[in-house]
Amino acid sequence: MLNTAIKVNGLQKSYQKLHVLKGVDFEVEKGSIFALLGSNGAGKTTIVKILTTLLNQDSGTATVNNFDVAAKPDDVRQSISLTGQFAAVDEILTGRENLVMIARLRHLKNPRQVADELLNRFGLTDAADRRVSTYSGGMRRRLDIAMSLVGKPQLIFLDEPTSGLDPEARLEVWKTIKELASNGTTVFLTTQHLEEAEQLADQIAILHEGRIIVSGTLADLKKLFPPVKVEYVEKQPTLEEIFLAIISMKEKS
Amino acid sequence: METVKNYFFSDMGVMLGRSMRHIIRSMDTIITVAITPIAMMLLFVYVFGGAIQTGTDNYVNYLLPGILLIAIASGISYTAYRLFMDMQSGIFERFHSMPIARSSALWGHVLTSLVSNAISIVVIILVALIMGFRSSAGVLSWLAVAGILALFTLALTWIAAIAGLSAKSVDGVAAFSYPLIFLPFISSAFVPTETMPSVVRAFAENQPVTSIVEAIRSLLSGQPVGNELWVALAWCVGIMLVAYFFAMRVYKNRV
Repeated sequence: MLNTAIKVNGLQKSYQKLHVLKGVDFEVEKGSIFALLGSNGAGKTTIVKILTTLLNQDSGTATVNNFDVAAKPDDVRQSISLTGQFAAVDEILTGRENLVMIARLRHLKNPRQVADELLNRFGLTDAADRRVSTYSGGMRRRLDIAMSLVGKPQLIFLDEPTSGLDPEARLEVWKTIKELASNGTTVFLTTQHLEEAEQLADQIAILHEGRIIVSGTLADLKKLFPPVKVEYVEKQPTLEEIFLAIISMKEKS
Repeated sequence: METVKNYFFSDMGVMLGRSMRHIIRSMDTIITVAITPIAMMLLFVYVFGGAIQTGTDNYVNYLLPGILLIAIASGISYTAYRLFMDMQSGIFERFHSMPIARSSALWGHVLTSLVSNAISIVVIILVALIMGFRSSAGVLSWLAVAGILALFTLALTWIAAIAGLSAKSVDGVAAFSYPLIFLPFISSAFVPTETMPSVVRAFAENQPVTSIVEAIRSLLSGQPVGNELWVALAWCVGIMLVAYFFAMRVYKNRV
């Protein structure tokens, strides 16, 4: 129990006639990266919203850091952070002001110092005093994640953190997520990119038609398939690999 | 829950600071809010004014209260707009998943509306002074005028909050303020109601704008204020409470 960050039991939710969650069960270990996979409209965001106290479930229970989300929402909010699907940054403020604002709302002692540290850590120091509306998609996402780290929450929710990002920015975000987990933060991530889950996640759960149909480590999931058969296939570089190779050549020259 | 409540005012202060920065960085919104009423004031004083019989020798004095109400009615549409944009962008979701008093995000917008409308009002009064507006009102009367205008702003701001929170598109956000801006025209704000046909007159004399305009006009001209002050206050407080109730309901449903 002590090692469980999230425990979900029989979670159900309907929007009018649409029965989105039909009894979802899963557990997330503390300090792990958990990826919730599913196609568009599978209900991934609904689960995130329930776990982050933005939405009430119809039935079933969910505990986050051992607090029931329905009964103790304030305690849940103390220990989590959400990076929603759409970058939740203030475009009119500068990057620094965004971070200071969140630090103030979390009632930290030195908001400016906290902001400086995070700007530095996320490579945004040079852009710190520019309005966020001038940021690129990748920078915005980095700031978004940085804002979620203000106050060092134990658990962070990332709802499709790399949607709409170019390959380079996506790699940056992946690197950030790995660093987070290596520092002991639990990361709950939703994605529809299988590769993302494969790259990052310690545990994977697949949400399909309102239920978790499989869950486990990548190795567990691989076991569900027939044993590996060795075949010789010529490996062609993917367009992404070509793109990244050219970009890095340009940067070196 | 205790801690969350204790921080309500500091959280609201942060929210106020945030949306005030929005306003300062988009001065064009304040100018837009002030410029239309000023243009109307110029038009009515220098074009129509000569032909309007109000029974006063200074038409600017007669006109100013109504112009101020129009300025507020158009100013609050920006509050609706800013609220709508916050709902869209996901920043409210971030706020609401944090351990803060949830309504502080909304109150931040409401206070910002008060401050920004106050700025527009001051600008318009300065222009009116240049155009010949004069008042014999004392400090107390001016305070009373400020109080009525603040209540009127709050009442309309909570209506704006309903629009901003429940609108589905930006166009919908803007549309709600048109009737509010139009209301002063069917009142005693520009012309006395005596010449209006009976049905229009009955409406004009019994809608909120007339009593508010008359109360402010009496206060500014140093005349004794009678019943209209209490009627005006009752309208403002009544609208404010009803709108507040509905806005909070929409807010709780949306978040």
